Amino acid sequence: MHLFHKRGASTVIFLALLVAFTIVVTLLSEGMGVGIISTSFVKTLGKTLCLALVAISMDLVWGYAGILSLGHFALFGLGGYMIGMWLMYERTREIVVSSLADAPIPPTVQEVSDAIANQIFGVVGSTEFPLIWAFADSLLAQLMLVVLVPGVLAGVFGWLAFRSRVAGVYLSILTQAMTLALSLYLFQNDNGLRGNNGLSGLQNLPGLSDVSQAVVSVWFLWGAALALGLGYLLAVWVVFGKFGSVLRGIRDDEARVRFLGYPVETYKLVLFTGTACMAGIAGALYYPQAGIVNPAEMAPIASIYLAVWVAIGGRGRLYGAVIGAAFVSLVSSWFTGGQAPDVSLGFYTIKWVDWWLVVLGLSFVLVTLFAPKGIGGLFDLLERRTAPDRHGADLGPDQGALREKEASE
Amino acid sequence: MSTLLEVSGVSVSFDGFRAINNLSFHIGPAEMRAIIGPNGAGKTTFMDIVTGKTKPDKGRVIWGARHLSLLGLSEARIAREGIGRKFQKPTVFEDQSVQENLLMALKNPRGPLSVLFYRPLAAHLARVAALAEEIGLADHLHRKSGALSHGQKQWLEIGMLLAQEPKLLLVDEPAAGMTPAEREHTTNILVEAAKTRAVVVVEHDMEFVRRLGCKVTVLHEGSVLAEGSLDHVTANKEVIDVYLGR
Ligand SMILES: Nc1ncnc2c1ncn2[C@@H]1O[C@H](COP(=O)(O)OP(=O)(O)OP(=O)(O)O)[C@@H](O)[C@H]1O
Ligand SMILES: [Mg+2]
Repeated sequence: MHLFHKRGASTVIFLALLVAFTIVVTLLSEGMGVGIISTSFVKTLGKTLCLALVAISMDLVWGYAGILSLGHFALFGLGGYMIGMWLMYERTREIVVSSLADAPIPPTVQEVSDAIANQIFGVVGSTEFPLIWAFADSLLAQLMLVVLVPGVLAGVFGWLAFRSRVAGVYLSILTQAMTLALSLYLFQNDNGLRGNNGLSGLQNLPGLSDVSQAVVSVWFLWGAALALGLGYLLAVWVVFGKFGSVLRGIRDDEARVRFLGYPVETYKLVLFTGTACMAGIAGALYYPQAGIVNPAEMAPIASIYLAVWVAIGGRGRLYGAVIGAAFVSLVSSWFTGGQAPDVSLGFYTIKWVDWWLVVLGLSFVLVTLFAPKGIGGLFDLLERRTAPDRHGADLGPDQGALREKEASE
Repeated sequence: MSTLLEVSGVSVSFDGFRAINNLSFHIGPAEMRAIIGPNGAGKTTFMDIVTGKTKPDKGRVIWGARHLSLLGLSEARIAREGIGRKFQKPTVFEDQSVQENLLMALKNPRGPLSVLFYRPLAAHLARVAALAEEIGLADHLHRKSGALSHGQKQWLEIGMLLAQEPKLLLVDEPAAGMTPAEREHTTNILVEAAKTRAVVVVEHDMEFVRRLGCKVTVLHEGSVLAEGSLDHVTANKEVIDVYLGR
């Protein structure tokens, strides 16, 4: 089937570029190469790969199945929190144990635990471990929670929403409400996750304090590249073939899919939950590179940005999501990071830190209006793959065939 | 003769307006039936009720040898029970190729897991090719269905119906917007299908109905006005008054 070759080709190209990118960055890094690329920029690139992964999950739900979720970035943040709990606990335990090692009497288990709790929760005026930290001492458990917590949350939410056939704008609003509720909850100081302080020091890997950040940053780049590659392959496998057909069918006319006998609600639930797990994994790889995860990261606006990236990159094609996330997030950090030179108009100086959001919003509007296929659509021009545009034209070869306008009546 | 679908005493109102009024209808396992009636008679609403899209206020809809009640089942479940439907306005997945449309409709397990691991077997592709041949789209298998003509879309939808291998086909105005030659082809497809299953066709075009050569049910204001051969119902004075005479 010619379709397969086309998709196969874009997958091979994507993976080859990803591998090449990873090798080049490694060779130019401070940690393992000639040191042209600073460690902080390696981290930025590694984080960008994670954003590309969450963008793929967003593209699956929105671009393929038409569910405009405005909550996937919150699920991404939850993944970060889950891995952050272990990182913070374990790292603090190390420090506490080594500082208590000099004490004349060896500390009891309780004393160690209290000291860790005091270190972690002192900022929010608490000295006890909340219940949700029950598994924080186990890396394996927290890794499972990286997938389970976003998955279960999305599963329960999706089950409630899809079962009552909430769709379209209403569903988007509900996902925003979920996101808002989640971030408001996380902002509270007594929720056991350190309120607006969030979890910090995540860049320090327990047991590896003698390894420099320059090296760790390259490790994470590899991890993120591997996750993105695997995630991309999984997504290709999911959307290629009949499952993808059904998803696109749901996007374009879900009632029709139902009359073909497909349980549409179950499909949506499976997809929503699966992509939530994917978002969680992406977040778990992102936040150790960022070093800190806090509720501001999960504010409703972040999930809206995610949708903007996918729209600008081109939804409904996986590499479009990757391009959108990478391009917009890198450009955005350039503008907001103060690196972009101010533009002086004489009477007014454009400071990009302030104006970037306006530019982003404007490009979103322009893309939506004039280039609905986004940046990814440019590849169609190369391939000359054009959608049939028959507006107003004869629909068929036969003399008596209706024109399109009549046909829709 | 045994009954495949039995609708009895069904009524439904939309905001107080009775679209279907104490309607009773039944059809056997390999029977062709035409439903005619003026605009707003409730023909499409009748199909909505049978396929689970609209819940009736009262009445029974009984299906098959096991006397399963269709009321309260989801649309997808009813479709899996063997009721296929063609809509008044052609609805195919325009963004997908003719082959993809047909493969999606082809009778196979519908659950997410089996669909995820599904890869088309040679037999399935052959079946799709045969169907495409039957509906005259053999040369268009890899074209996006959005690029087809109106008549071709209608056929594709009929092909998707056949691919589902339903026991009952509900076909709403299949010939709308077709040329005479296309209409004839459509008649042939439907007559062929009715040899092995029940087919209910809603159509306004009397010539088309005549060529189907089957029993006719006339609907008016949500209930059955007359039933019998085409000549029988067209001779009926009431039918002439409310439908033909206008
Ligand atoms: N969802 C709905 N809400 C309100 N009124 C409806 C709804 N569906 C159908 N109706 C009304 O019920 C009546 C029957 O409609 P229906 O579509 O079944 O007619 P029909 O026999 O298919 O007509 P046509 O030949 O024009 O297709 C019409 O008056 C229509 O306006
Ligand atoms: Mg109708």
